[in-house]
Amino acid sequence: MDMQNFKTREKAAMAEPKIIARDVNVYYGQSQALKSIELDIAANEVTALIGPSGCGKSTFLRCINRMNDVIESCRVEGRITLEGIDIYNSGLDPVLLRARVGMVFQKPNPFPKSIYDNIAYGPRLHGIASGKDELEATVESSLRRAGLWEEVKDRLDSPGTGLSGGQQQRLCIARAIAVNPEVILMDEPCSALDPIATAKIEELIDELRENFTIVIVTHSMQQAARVSQKTAFFHLGELVEVGETDKLFTSPEDQRTQGYITGRFG
Amino acid sequence: MELNPPLEIDKALLKKRNAAETRFKLYGLAAVLTAVLVLGLLLTSIVSKGYTAFEQTYILLDVRLDQATIDPKGTGRQEDLAAASYRGILRDALKEQFPEAESRNEKRSLYGLVGSAAEYDLRNAVLENPKLVGTTATIAVKASDDVDSYIKGFIPRDVPQSDRKIKDQELGWLDTLEADDRVIKKFNIDFFTHADSREPEEAGILGAVIGSLYTLAITLALCFPIGVLTAIYLEEFAPRNRWTDIIEVNINNLAAVPSIVFGLLGLAIFLNFFGLPRSAPLVGGMVLALMTLPTIIIASRAALKAVPPSIREAALGMGASRMQTVFHHVFPLAMPGILTGTILGMAQALGETAPLLMIGMVAFIADIPGSINDAATVLPVQIFLWADSPERGFVEKTSAAIMVLLAFLVVMNAIAVLLRKRFERRW
Amino acid sequence: MEQLALFFALIFLIILGYILGKGRAVALSGHAYHPLHSRLPYYGLYTAIWCGLPSLLLMAGWMAFEPAIAEAIVSSKLSASNQNLTSDQITLYVNDVINLASGGIISREVNNDLQAATDSYIFFRQISYFAMAVVAISLSLGGLFSSLKSISPDLRARNKVEKIISVVMMACSTIAILTTVGIVFSLIFETLRFFNKVPLTEFLFGLHWSPQTALRTDQVGGSGSFGAVPLFAGTMLITFISMVVAVPVGLMSAIYMSEYAGKKFRAFAKPLLEILAGIPTVVYGFFAALTVAPFFRNSGEFFGLDVSSESALAAGMVMGIMIIPFISSLSDDVMNSVPQSLRDASYAMGATKSETITKVILPAALPGIVGAVLLAMSRAIGETMIVVMAAGLAANLTANPLEAVTTVTVQIVTLLVGDQEFDSAKTLAAFALGLLLFIVTLAMNIVALKVVRKYREKYD
Repeated sequence: MDMQNFKTREKAAMAEPKIIARDVNVYYGQSQALKSIELDIAANEVTALIGPSGCGKSTFLRCINRMNDVIESCRVEGRITLEGIDIYNSGLDPVLLRARVGMVFQKPNPFPKSIYDNIAYGPRLHGIASGKDELEATVESSLRRAGLWEEVKDRLDSPGTGLSGGQQQRLCIARAIAVNPEVILMDEPCSALDPIATAKIEELIDELRENFTIVIVTHSMQQAARVSQKTAFFHLGELVEVGETDKLFTSPEDQRTQGYITGRFG
Repeated sequence: MELNPPLEIDKALLKKRNAAETRFKLYGLAAVLTAVLVLGLLLTSIVSKGYTAFEQTYILLDVRLDQATIDPKGTGRQEDLAAASYRGILRDALKEQFPEAESRNEKRSLYGLVGSAAEYDLRNAVLENPKLVGTTATIAVKASDDVDSYIKGFIPRDVPQSDRKIKDQELGWLDTLEADDRVIKKFNIDFFTHADSREPEEAGILGAVIGSLYTLAITLALCFPIGVLTAIYLEEFAPRNRWTDIIEVNINNLAAVPSIVFGLLGLAIFLNFFGLPRSAPLVGGMVLALMTLPTIIIASRAALKAVPPSIREAALGMGASRMQTVFHHVFPLAMPGILTGTILGMAQALGETAPLLMIGMVAFIADIPGSINDAATVLPVQIFLWADSPERGFVEKTSAAIMVLLAFLVVMNAIAVLLRKRFERRW
Repeated sequence: MEQLALFFALIFLIILGYILGKGRAVALSGHAYHPLHSRLPYYGLYTAIWCGLPSLLLMAGWMAFEPAIAEAIVSSKLSASNQNLTSDQITLYVNDVINLASGGIISREVNNDLQAATDSYIFFRQISYFAMAVVAISLSLGGLFSSLKSISPDLRARNKVEKIISVVMMACSTIAILTTVGIVFSLIFETLRFFNKVPLTEFLFGLHWSPQTALRTDQVGGSGSFGAVPLFAGTMLITFISMVVAVPVGLMSAIYMSEYAGKKFRAFAKPLLEILAGIPTVVYGFFAALTVAPFFRNSGEFFGLDVSSESALAAGMVMGIMIIPFISSLSDDVMNSVPQSLRDASYAMGATKSETITKVILPAALPGIVGAVLLAMSRAIGETMIVVMAAGLAANLTANPLEAVTTVTVQIVTLLVGDQEFDSAKTLAAFALGLLLFIVTLAMNIVALKVVRKYREKYD
């Protein structure tokens, strides 16, 4: 890993937000899923997106690495920039964007291949590791950073689908960080896991914050409170309120936020 | 403005990857286009070979219809008119047209200009209009298949005489006839009203179409009730046990048994064991029914499965018996799906050839079958028979018969699609 | 004609039964003190079923077996009177009797013996027909009266009718089984007879196939040899060529249609592929024989190659075209069942579409695709018309696709179409080939269905 690279990134991050969303509207066919979202996401922080289901938080997350491109009926308007560059710029290759903005999904989705091949998939695609030794080193360091190395180092050749749910999710995180992205998007990464596995992942997220900018969608307010520095509350496709996590949960400004965090709806 | 790639990404590699992406997409497009192109080629080749069969060449001859030769007694009754020898009259007319043909060989090729059944054209013209008797009338008679092929441009003039079906002398005669406007083309109605014949200009598809209809009627009468009852039983009533598992696996496997094996079954069981008549639509229909049965069962089961359980629960809750629930509610709701599957099965049966060859439906049959026990052939087998015939005239007949068969299939599939669209229900 | 009259008489009795049964129930329901168990139509149905079902079953059975019995009677009479006839001659003679009786063409002159035999045959058939009619009608009437008598307010007519219907349904569902049993038995029976004449090892391993047996002993037609290896080789060659065409084109078009094509393109191309699937095989055969094969021969001439006009290449290519839609729809199904989450994972790593397809979707869908290819292969092996029309007749042991080869199905057709000699090794060989074809395609299907099912379960 190129430590120099991380340093420069960190410096840049201090100056301005990593990701800036301005007037983002998303439509699925006729219906509007997101209405005029304005959000800044700071570097090397964990930003949590919360809200009742169907509020558009996952849709917004998928806008950040253009995963919505895959859905035919989906249309995105507005501007999202990554370090000042419009990611919906027509000349931009979504492949490159996704190499810089990784993603972890709700259900662990390892490829039906060996653990090793799962991790090596990204580096091989992008030609990041030259040579077998370097690739092995990348795999090892990714697994270490995902806290999975000790558990799987003896069975790198066994299929990734044979791991437990929590291990699979950490494998997916390791797979995401193997291409050394700047941002990691997490879409309810713990919703399919038991409490112990969840705790491990939350711990991991906190560690990863040092090197990555993390955006996490969660339906659990406790989780948001535990892992995030900033929290954004979505409701019915609108961004209702965003702020420091502590502040948002103790003294929300908006009625709706108040209602949601006190459990009146959601 | 382009996004800077992460430092680690190899730019040359990226270029290669994008090229690979484009290439892959092009392969896919090429594959689809290949399939579409081949379809176009197939249809074009058939239409271009076959459209001429819908026209038939006729030769206009001045025929002297003497009272003395046709109706010496002067009764004017249809039977007497029909009994006359028109062949001689026709030959006289030809001789009069071309008196230069003197030797036997020359005369034979002269008479060969008109089709072997041309005398019947003449007879029909007289029967239709008995007033012609005693006059010299200009009557259109069918040209022979070689002349027909030549007029349609399938026999080139510039090959040496020995390799040509139409010899130089005949060409000369035809040129004269054409110059006199005595060669005309008419819509070939006989193609749709005649059964098979050894003479291409006389051959038609009606016999095969009727044979196909009889055969399909038997198939439908057998496999619709049996298929639907089987599907209802398996889907709604059968207990889940080893026996029904065997039936299910068995049906799936039967669906993939080569059709010719069903023909062997028909030959061994229906013909040799039960002694049913060979070549008959009855046996053909039974064989095709066994072959189509799995298709109908599978489609019907899918249609029944698509009816939501809530409907059954509602009816049972009202105190209906299981049988009443199924026949009053579930079956009517599944009917469009079942019918669609049945039509598609029938279309498959209509196009099937191989098993029918095994049970002798491949015989040459010049009559239009009158019942399900008569020897008959079906459209696809007729196509196969004609495709095998050496005469040039049968090539266009084959293609034309294919066009008719495809037209039937298109209609059946269109009905199936309409049914599906019209009654499609989303639960 | 007479059969039709009997049939209509029975229909009349059935309708009468319905009306009478219902009427009787109506009469009973007049006594209000004792309500009927079922609704009125069920009593009508109950009577109608008892009136019609037994006699219809009897008629079906009678008509199925009677011709064979009549034939057996004629031939037993014949062999009793003429001990010096061989069984083949008897069969031929009996055939003539039957043909003469039905006004068909026969192979010998009509003499007194033949006429007498025919007369007795016709007499037997008439007697048998009248016997059947009498028995059927009396069964029908008996059913009618006894069921009418049993109608009472306590008769659980609905339950009885439903019971009968469910028995009928069960009977229908066994027809599929009976078909399989019929196939297996008819094939095995004739095949065993074939192996009485020709050793199994010669059939399976012999390299020479020329089934023309001499009709008379003094003929020079040879004794016929039944080494089927050239047929297997020919079948495999043509199947291989068809797979070479169909698998890449079918698979790639499935990929393009499901992953790349826009809505409009799909709406245009999908029905066209379906048309390709709906074209009868005889049409493909014609196309192969009259368009593709001459094209290959002419282009071969142009390049100085000697291409047979019945080349395996032409038949195989056209067979491949026929199978394209089969492969593409099956593999489309299979690839669609690869979960979206795997695609998402790959895209989120920055993979391009083609990388996702070739490195994630295809490997994940591989078992299913293998199953689809197996199914397609079994279809190609069993396909008949294309090869009958476009492949050769002569058994030719070669791997050269430009030469003519013959296949198992072609041989079955040539052996059984046209003049048949009864019980000769030649006709029986067709059944042996059929059995082999059945076993091979069945095995491939079972394996393919198992593979596909296992694969499906993995992602359900």
